[in-house]
Amino acid sequence: MTTAPAAPPAGDVVLSLAGVTKRFGAVQALSDVHLDVRAGEVVALVGDNGAGKSTLVKVISGVYTPDEGDITFAGRKITVGGPSEAQALGIATVFQDLALCDNLDVVANLFLGQEKRRAGVIDEVHMEKEAWRLLRTLSAKIPSVRIPIASLSGGQRQTVAIARSLVGNPKIVMLDEPTAALGVAQTAEVLNLVERLREPGLGVILISHNMADVQAVADRIVVLRLGRNAAEFRVEDATTEELVAAITGASDNVVSKRATRGEHHE
Amino acid sequence: MSDPSASTVAADLADERLIRTQGLGGYAHLFWNRLRSGELGSLPVVIGLVIICIGFYSQEPRFLSSRSLVSISQFAAPIGIIALGIVLVLLLGEIDLSVGSVSGFTAATMAVLLVDHGQSMLVAILAAMAVGVAIGALYAVLYTKLGVPSFVFSLAGLLGFQGALLYVLGKNGTINLPSDSFLVQFTRFEFLSPAMSYVLVVAIGLLYVAAQLLTIRQRTAAELSSPPIALVLVKGALLVGGLGALTYYVNIDRGWSYLWLFFVLLVVLMDLALRRTRWGRHVFAVGGNEEAARRSGIKVSRIYFSVFALCSMLAAVGGLLAAGLQTSVSQASGTTDTNLTAIAAAVIGGTSLFGGRGSAYSAMLGIIVLQAIQTGLNLVGVDSSVRFMVTGAVLLIAVAIDSVSRRLRTSSGRG
Repeated sequence: MTTAPAAPPAGDVVLSLAGVTKRFGAVQALSDVHLDVRAGEVVALVGDNGAGKSTLVKVISGVYTPDEGDITFAGRKITVGGPSEAQALGIATVFQDLALCDNLDVVANLFLGQEKRRAGVIDEVHMEKEAWRLLRTLSAKIPSVRIPIASLSGGQRQTVAIARSLVGNPKIVMLDEPTAALGVAQTAEVLNLVERLREPGLGVILISHNMADVQAVADRIVVLRLGRNAAEFRVEDATTEELVAAITGASDNVVSKRATRGEHHE
Repeated sequence: MSDPSASTVAADLADERLIRTQGLGGYAHLFWNRLRSGELGSLPVVIGLVIICIGFYSQEPRFLSSRSLVSISQFAAPIGIIALGIVLVLLLGEIDLSVGSVSGFTAATMAVLLVDHGQSMLVAILAAMAVGVAIGALYAVLYTKLGVPSFVFSLAGLLGFQGALLYVLGKNGTINLPSDSFLVQFTRFEFLSPAMSYVLVVAIGLLYVAAQLLTIRQRTAAELSSPPIALVLVKGALLVGGLGALTYYVNIDRGWSYLWLFFVLLVVLMDLALRRTRWGRHVFAVGGNEEAARRSGIKVSRIYFSVFALCSMLAAVGGLLAAGLQTSVSQASGTTDTNLTAIAAAVIGGTSLFGGRGSAYSAMLGIIVLQAIQTGLNLVGVDSSVRFMVTGAVLLIAVAIDSVSRRLRTSSGRG
């Protein structure tokens, strides 16, 4: 974003979770999870179904309160009371089911809940101008901001959802499965967006099932398994086999077997 | 910003895939394309109204007389105001079947306070409106806290408040309002003088053009595209010309009634509230995708509260005005076909039953159509049985058009 000079230089830890624990009755969803996100860094959060990814996202976005553990944001210990509080702090979340209103146009969706006003009425002109600025910074391909969301493609909808997360000038953007239902070209488009979020110094948390996507854009990969930190890789060090092994908790699986078979043949 | 051509082209037209519109011809073309893709707006209603007018005029020329138009507009207003509340509820994808009973009950409350208890008109009117708001608040609590579907609680309200109407009226069954009371005077005998009516027409035209020019200036300053000034002037001229001609015609008889002007004022205010305020935007958002609205930080239950309360309050206002127009409140007030006429008017006018789509003007258009049919059938001398059947058929056609245009919109990507 062009107007985010306040972003700290890459390398400072913006969001830090330590010892986060969350129980649902008898189920220990998260135990002693730690996670650091630096400015200008894309951290991928991977894990199998039920590994605790979604719970962790909801803890960070304020939907759940952790039973134990500290969340430090921009050097300050915080408690997040709810989604709108998280947003006000500077933690934006793009949910998996995009949460857009099909009947409203792009501008209305971008500013939903935080409409700009002038003398009591909605300032459409200001909002439209701002919408174009946001979409430009993402190099987004939206033909018009005055068409209803229903007429956009899946990738364009994802673009609008991501652009919306930028409206409040956040420091951290969390993307929950942003490429889950997208085609090849649209996935590439969204991955480009993730790249562009990092450039001005935003911390990005990317939750994904897709190892190819994760390896394409992430700087660091944090693996959760059964609610615990299972492993952490720098993306250049991680191979798909290692990742799969960390996710499943076993080196003995089809992917690694085939990989070793391939090595034997060479 | 990186695009070098962006400096010469308005920011919102920079995408090369957009088809440029140029000149008035371009806008006419754009309008035609919108129609083809199912964005019918109010066109079906207007066409329907023209057909109705031609049909009744050929049977009975008095239908289009100045006197008839004045009474159509005057008698359309009370139920039109009730339909305005229905539009709000429909925008949320909910329904209120009890507006008729509520209008009758609140009118009876007013009449009892005024006639039996000797309270002043102001107190009686305020009390009736407060009862309306309280009923809406009760509905909102039932909906948001207990999760009772609107269909069910408003059906209960339909029966319950009809009972309350009978209870409040007591043994007499009918309360006549004094003919010199404010409500009766306002609804039956107040008309705008010819001179004032033309001043009003010109003022509306000037306001429209001024508002449009202001928008154009702001958009140009923000480097966004804007419609050509010629288009605005043409529209303004058409508006003044059309309204002026109509005003001339109704001035042959008594002119515009205050009652009708009050209704139009409410419609315009509601339209501005829906399109230009945060509250209106949130109503559309909740109607379109409640979960998305909630996650955006919109207080969804407050929106429900405001809409149900406004709907019942508008029902109360409509009931009061209807009572004034009939100079009495009886056991039949708001009971017979008030409910369904109000709901039908909103739907015929183009507000979708499925939520998130519609406008305040649909209440006005719809009630004009229904009142025109009623007046026409009365003039032709047809039994009221036929009127119900015709109204039912019109409602069916309107909903069918809504469904077809939804399909068209889906297939042409306009949602």
